[in-house]
Formats: sequence, C-alpha cells, structure tokens
Amino acid sequence: MSASVADRRNAIAAKRGNSLRNQRLWALWGSYIALGIFVVMFLVPPFYTLMTSLKSSAEISAQVGSPWLVRHPTLENFWYLITYPNFQRYYLNSVIVTILTVSVSMVISVLAAFSLSRMGFWGSQTLSTSVFLTYLVPPSLLFIPLFQIIGQLGLINNFWCLVILYPTLAVPFCTWIMIGYFSSIPKELDEAALIDGAGYLQMLWKIFIPVAMPGIIAATIFAFTVSWGAFLYPLAYLYTSNQMVLTVGIISDLIRGDVFQWGKIMAACLLASLPPIVIYAFLMDYYVAGLTAGATKG
Amino acid sequence: MAEVSVRKVVKEYEGGVQAVKGIDLDIADHEFVVLVGPSGCGKSTTLRMIAGLEEITSGEIWIGGDVVNDVPPRDRDIAMVFQNYALYPHMSVFDNMAFGLKLRKFPKDEIKRRVDDAARILDIVPLLDRKPRALSGGQRQRVAMGRAIVRNPKVFLFDEPLSNLDAKLRVQMRTEIKKVHQAIPTTTVYVTHDQIEAMTLADRVVVMNGGVIEQVGTPQQLYHNPATRFVAGFIGSPAMNFLPCRVQDGANGGLAVRITDSIIVPIPPARADRYGAYKGKEMVLGIRPEHLFEHHDQGKPGWTRVDLPVDVVEPMGMETMVHFFVDGSPVCARIDPATHAAPGEMLPLTADLNQMHLMLPDTGRVV
Ligand SMILES: Nc1ncnc2c1ncn2[C@@H]1O[C@H](COP(=O)(O)OP(=O)(O)OP(=O)(O)O)[C@@H](O)[C@H]1O
Ligand SMILES: [Mg+2]
Repeated sequence: MSASVADRRNAIAAKRGNSLRNQRLWALWGSYIALGIFVVMFLVPPFYTLMTSLKSSAEISAQVGSPWLVRHPTLENFWYLITYPNFQRYYLNSVIVTILTVSVSMVISVLAAFSLSRMGFWGSQTLSTSVFLTYLVPPSLLFIPLFQIIGQLGLINNFWCLVILYPTLAVPFCTWIMIGYFSSIPKELDEAALIDGAGYLQMLWKIFIPVAMPGIIAATIFAFTVSWGAFLYPLAYLYTSNQMVLTVGIISDLIRGDVFQWGKIMAACLLASLPPIVIYAFLMDYYVAGLTAGATKG
Repeated sequence: MAEVSVRKVVKEYEGGVQAVKGIDLDIADHEFVVLVGPSGCGKSTTLRMIAGLEEITSGEIWIGGDVVNDVPPRDRDIAMVFQNYALYPHMSVFDNMAFGLKLRKFPKDEIKRRVDDAARILDIVPLLDRKPRALSGGQRQRVAMGRAIVRNPKVFLFDEPLSNLDAKLRVQMRTEIKKVHQAIPTTTVYVTHDQIEAMTLADRVVVMNGGVIEQVGTPQQLYHNPATRFVAGFIGSPAMNFLPCRVQDGANGGLAVRITDSIIVPIPPARADRYGAYKGKEMVLGIRPEHLFEHHDQGKPGWTRVDLPVDVVEPMGMETMVHFFVDGSPVCARIDPATHAAPGEMLPLTADLNQMHLMLPDTGRVV
C-alpha cells in the first residue's frame, strides 16, 4: 500500500520534472531561434558593407557571380579614403564636433542634474519634468526655427554651429539619466560630505561623479551617438566640403550626380563606424547597467 | 570639546508640521546625552538642527559658547554618524575616514596618524584598504564612527547608529560606543528609540514625545522618579502597569488606594504627605512589574499582599512573567521562576508600594 503511494508520488514528480525540463528546452530553442533571426537581420547589412568595400569598382559593376562574395579582395577603397584630404577633413570635423558636443553636454547635464536632484530650489520639480519634455520634441520639427537662429548667429555652413545644436538634443536626455542616477544616491551621503567639510562643488566632484560613474558613461555614450550619427542638421546647415562632417561628407562627396561609388561609400561607412564600435565595446557593460538603473530610478 | 545649548528651539516643516515645539536643553562638556522617544517625536529633527542640516524655525542653538544658527554644518566642528552609515561607496575605508581631514587640508602624515589611531581604537586596522561594500554591517558602523573620531570634533552626533544591526551585534556595538566615549570623552548627542540603549549609554537621558521634552535626567532618576505617565511607561521593560484607582482613608488613620472593591492597598506612611491632597480623587496607580513579585511571609514595611487570578505565565529562565487582568487593565508581575503559577489559579503576590507612583489621569503628571 505504502509502496504504491510512494510509486505514484515518484511518478508524479518524474512527470512534473519532465515537463519542467521540456518547458526549459522549448524556451531555450525559442530564444535561440529568435536570437538567431535577429543576429542574421542585424549582421547582414554590415557583412554586405564589408564585402562591397573590399571589391574594386570593376568587380562591383561586372555583376558576375554571387554579390555576397569577393573574388579579388582589395584595400584600394580604404587606401583611397585614408589618403583623400576631403575624407580626412570630414573625419577631423566629426571628431572635433563630437568631442566638444560630448564635453559641453556632459558639463551642462551633470551640473543641471545635480542642482535639480539635490538643491531642491523653488520650481526644481517642474523644471526637471520640463527638461524631459523637451526631449520629446522631434528634432526634425526644430530645424527650421533653429536655421533662423543659426543664420542670425552667422554660423550657417560652419561646423561650429553643430557644437551649439547637438547639445540641445543631447542635454535633456543626459540630464534625465543623471537625475535618475543622482536621486538614487542616499541623502545621507551628501549630508555626511557637508559635515565632513565639502562644499557643493566638492560634493559633486568627489562624491556624486565617482558614485554615478555608470550613469555618466551611459549619458556620454548617448551624447556621442547623437553627435556622431546626426544627419539632418549637418545636411541642412553645411554645404562646403571643408565644413562637412562624416555623415554628409560621405554622401555628398562619393555620390556624384547619379554615380554611386559603392565600394568607397561602403569603406567610408566602415571607417566611420570604427569609433562607435570601439567605444561601445569598451563601455558596453556600463552602458547596459546605466540604462536600466536610470530607468527604474528616474 | 564643548557644551551644547538648545534654547526655545522650534522646527516647523513646510506644510505646517511642527516637529519640535520649543525645547530647551543644556548639554555639558564631555556629557553623553541620549534623546529617546517614540517614532516621529522629533528626535532626528532636533539632532539635525544641532548638526546644521535642518534650519531652525525659531530659537537658538549654541555650540561651545557661540550661537550657530547661521553657521553651516562644516563650520560647526561636529561629526555625525548616520543610521545607514553613509559611507562613500567608491572610497576605501582609509579614504572614508581621511576625507574630512583632506578637505580641511591636514598634512598627510597627520592624516595617516589620526586614521591609524582611530582604526586601532575601533579594531578595523586590517580593513583600511577595503571598500565599504566588502564590509559587514558592524564593520561599516565602526568605519562610520571612525570617520567621526578622526576629525576630533567638538560634538559627536549619532542618529540611531545601531538600529540596522542585528540584536547581538547591537549589544556589542553599544558597549563599543561606551568604550570609545570613555577613551575620547567628546560631548555626544545620541538619538535612539530603544530605551535600553538610552539607559545603558547615557549620562543623561532626554525623553521626547510629540515634539516636546517630557523629562531630562539620569537613567536612575528616570527610572525611579518619572515626571509623567509617558516617561513612566516608556522607561523600563516590560512597561509599568497602570491601574485606575481612588485615594481614600485607610486603616490606622493612614491613606489607602482602592483599585477594586476587593483590592485596597495601604499607602506607605512616608508617602502620606505627598498623596494627602488627592484624597477622594480618581488617580492612576503606576507600579513596575519588578515591584510586583511572589508573596513572602516576612514582609518589609510598605510591602502588601494582593491575590490575583493568573491569566498567562511566561517563563523566561531567570525570571517568570505572569500576566493578570485587574478590572479590565492588564497587569504584569515578575516572579521567581521557582514559584508555582498556573493559569486560572489565584496567585498571592507582594506589591512593593515604596515604589508606587500616583499620577493625574488627565495630564499624566506624576504627583
Ligand atoms: N522633511 C520633512 N518635511 C515634513 N515633515 C517632516 C520632515 N521630516 C520629518 N518630518 C516630520 O516631523 C516629525 C518628527 O520627525 P523626526 O524625523 O524628527 O522623528 P524621529 O523622532 O526621528 O522619529 P524616528 O524614530 O522614526 O526616526 C514627524 O512627524 C515627521 O513626519
Ligand atoms: Mg529619526
């Protein structure tokens, strides 16, 4: 009697165990398949870019065999771009604009977030909400009014106008991330620092910035992405090649009329995505941590 | 080192909450004062006003002979230990302790000497290179204390520093704090809601309730001569028993307290003068569980026998708590564990009426 009860119990347990294991197996398969589809979808374009960039113009226009394979790999496209003064100019402009944009945006948003989250002055609540609301205004709506402003400043066709424009796009979101981060730092930490003898700036520099480093890195990556990848504003505001940045420089220089120099365009794209790849690879862990922490606390 | 004075200090938060309603308190140099009271009574607010972290609505705070109302925290020369430690998470233990000294531009070797001294006192020398996240709660608390000690401030402020620790560690750290104060007798204001912590640590205890000070005194004074029913009930564990009663004429021309028709106890002659004016009035009798114990055949003056029906018996090992109901009011007695007591039976008890208190039922003032 008791033996049969035990048997039945074992059988039930085994069945349950089986079904659990089955479910796990299905979940695994499901996620592998889904992830596989995504990986393919995301990696096909870069792969195609790479293949095309390694082909000579002759091979591209010949259109023989599979377009996915290179028969006579060559670095001539890359070599051409590296030694091409215009391309060097675009690259340099992009680097200058991005470094300045990131620095300006980070200084503004860290200071703004610190005062908004910690100093609790009159209207600080409303102000932090409206900072975030400005982020929701699509940049494409702003570029006509901004064109007027930039025109009055005399900065049309001058890449310095981007150093003014990009922070207006990056600062709201960066501030929002940083407010979330700073708010998660316990109040007692500032009070301890105040008692220990720190002023507000020392508190920011010695306590808040080091403690909120993941948030700062996340915000930095965001500002970098905004600046490095922006297309609309430089397209609208810059028209001579000595002022252009990479995004517009590549298409305006390498597309002549209806002649698309595909190999060079693709090589230029690869060269242009080098800095983001390097930066993401180094800061990815921080970036993910930063996004989630900012999201739940903000 | 300095004395601290709080003069008619009021704190009103935005929205009109009066957290502190005009308190006066003088703390002597080297004194260890504990603010104790139930949650929300304004202890932290008072401490934070002394620290300068909270503005004072009205009144004055003096530290070391100066009014500090408008002095920022960093210039008050105080150190504070917080409930959640508030260690700087990105700094090593050494840097946490050295931070205040570095900001004050102390020379490097002086900083090192002070941190090492404090670390030795607190027994955290091996931890100096670690980050706070690699420390246990007790170790973090030590570091937080170390951060206060190295500054050698005029005043130490503690806000419930032990309430995040488990019971055993709390007792251990309590002793530790007392030892530190004996080694470095800095004026200390210590906030807690644990009356045992208050009694064991304090030179003087300040009992607060609802934003006012109920009583200030040494632990012994508060225990033996509480000024109000609130203090009487707050200090001591288990809490004092309170029974509605009436003062009336007793045998031999003395006074007696009538609790119920069957329980009438004589007031010791030594107290007759004090209670004479309240003859015929409704009062509240207060007596601590430890002054209500098993019956002894040879009594002492002031001891009276009462027999009560046992409700619940709680043996604790060293002693036994027995609970009764007298006319609807719960009563607890602390008896010798060897005494037989069983629920439902009558238990003969001795009430030591030399330790009784009578209070006014409306104001709660002890007479
Ligand atoms: N920033 C604030 N704004 C408004 N009211 C506050 C604020 N801080 C505290 N209070 C109120 O002031 C009163 C006293 O608070 P306080 O923190 O001093 O209590 P406490 O005695 O320290 O209590 P606990 O033991 O719970 O820490 C409480 O009623 C509280 O709600
Ligand atoms: Mg408190």
